[in-house]
Amino acid sequence: MADYKKPLPQSDPVTAPYWESLKAHQMKVQRCNDTGKFFFYPRGMSPYTLSDNLSWEPVSGKGVLHAFTIVHVNRAPGFGDELPYVVALIELDEGVRLMSNLIDVQPDPDHVKIGMPVELVYDDVTDEITLPKFRPTQA
Amino acid sequence: MESISGKTAIVGVAESDQIGRVPDKPAIMLHAEAARSALAEAGLTKNDVDGLFTAGISTLELGEYLGIEPRVTDTTAVGGSSFVIHIAHAATAIATGRCEVALVTHGESGRSRVGMAGPAVARDALRNQFEAPFGLPQPVGAYAMACSRHMYEYGTTKEQLAEIAVATRKWAMLNPKAMMRDPITIEDVLNSRVISWPFNLLDCCLVTDAGGAYVMTSIERARDLKQTPIAVLGVGEGHDHAMISQMPSLTAFAARHSGRRAFEMAGVKHADLDLAMIYDSFTYTVLLSLEELGFCAKGEGGAFVSGQRTAPGGDFPMNTNGGGLSYNHPGMYGMFAIIEAVRQLRHDYQDQGIRQVKDAKLAVVHGTGGVLSSAGTAILGRV
Repeated sequence: MADYKKPLPQSDPVTAPYWESLKAHQMKVQRCNDTGKFFFYPRGMSPYTLSDNLSWEPVSGKGVLHAFTIVHVNRAPGFGDELPYVVALIELDEGVRLMSNLIDVQPDPDHVKIGMPVELVYDDVTDEITLPKFRPTQA
Repeated sequence: MESISGKTAIVGVAESDQIGRVPDKPAIMLHAEAARSALAEAGLTKNDVDGLFTAGISTLELGEYLGIEPRVTDTTAVGGSSFVIHIAHAATAIATGRCEVALVTHGESGRSRVGMAGPAVARDALRNQFEAPFGLPQPVGAYAMACSRHMYEYGTTKEQLAEIAVATRKWAMLNPKAMMRDPITIEDVLNSRVISWPFNLLDCCLVTDAGGAYVMTSIERARDLKQTPIAVLGVGEGHDHAMISQMPSLTAFAARHSGRRAFEMAGVKHADLDLAMIYDSFTYTVLLSLEELGFCAKGEGGAFVSGQRTAPGGDFPMNTNGGGLSYNHPGMYGMFAIIEAVRQLRHDYQDQGIRQVKDAKLAVVHGTGGVLSSAGTAILGRV
């Protein structure tokens, strides 16, 4: 893991609970208690009402592929060996959207289909950082 | 509120002395060269300038470099649309008497990277956490991702996207300043190497070095200057996200609002327009903008551009300089769409055959910034 070359997220006091939840392999996302709606990324106040009446809720990790690209060129350190790979927008069942990689799938538009059900995989990329990745839902 | 429609005009435009590959000039010099030429074209001097507008660098640096002390200063920087939005801000400042002569400049050493600031770490703190770990190349991957959703929702095809690249190249072949002037076919676009699916190389803009500038003043003062004044008839702006992962809908963006506001202010209809200059960072940027600006129904952008309709001789002249796809794209292209619209409306190309859009009187200029994040629209007219 010491040779992990890709960018690592640097959390801040507001976002730290999210990254900690991933490290614990129990993803949590914030909910605005005024509206009952989830939101992502983590914020210090609700983007719906600007209220700080928020809670962190465990989520199922189930969702669908909302959009994607298959990256064939990326000179940034760490990605060259994996080309081509899929960067995806995932819509969780809780209604929020986040960026991730779709893994365990052929990086080919004939195999990657918008709307396909996906599930969360915890990727412990270093001792400190776990990234949320997604794969096609296993039957 | 009194409308600013028709109260101001663009009276001078220019590119930097060279564009394309300019390895011996820092970005700020590209601003300065374009500023000098645009003022000279207008018949004004730097001492006439009392409003300063730019993006990419600060007006602080620009004013210092040019020896200008403005009384209106505006570094609105929301990506490549910024310079179109500056039309709106300058028009408002001039129409309300806050300044008389506005200078708006752009300059980027996008290709050679001479004198360019490094990445703004603080600005990217959220992207660092929520996008960068997944290896999305910016901005191409973001636009590609949005395009995938349009293909899914509306059946838009890569062939339809390629129509835009091919038509734009035909215009570039008529522009000696364009970087890419060899003819291409739809097959060439589809067979160019994949960058970030669904985009191939020829779906993507160039990366160049260039500067640009324009000068605005009141319509009254404009009539006494050297060039045919091009009036600012309508303007609109807006934005709805910064990161692509936060875009409320990947197939809709702020152009629908900026466009509607600009058309309403100008009091013109789409059918009245002679020319469309539509920001073309990627082929999809154009297709989506045409829908969002209301040139066609939602989802019909692909059909709209088919059959080389936007090429020279087509019934919808668009991106007649060869666009960011084939003429010049240093990073924030919006400035160059404005320059071309003004030249077309002044009939600068009237001795160059089909390069000149015949009898052009009314144009829309549309800028897109960030990752489909911001939008600026202006309706310009020969009066």
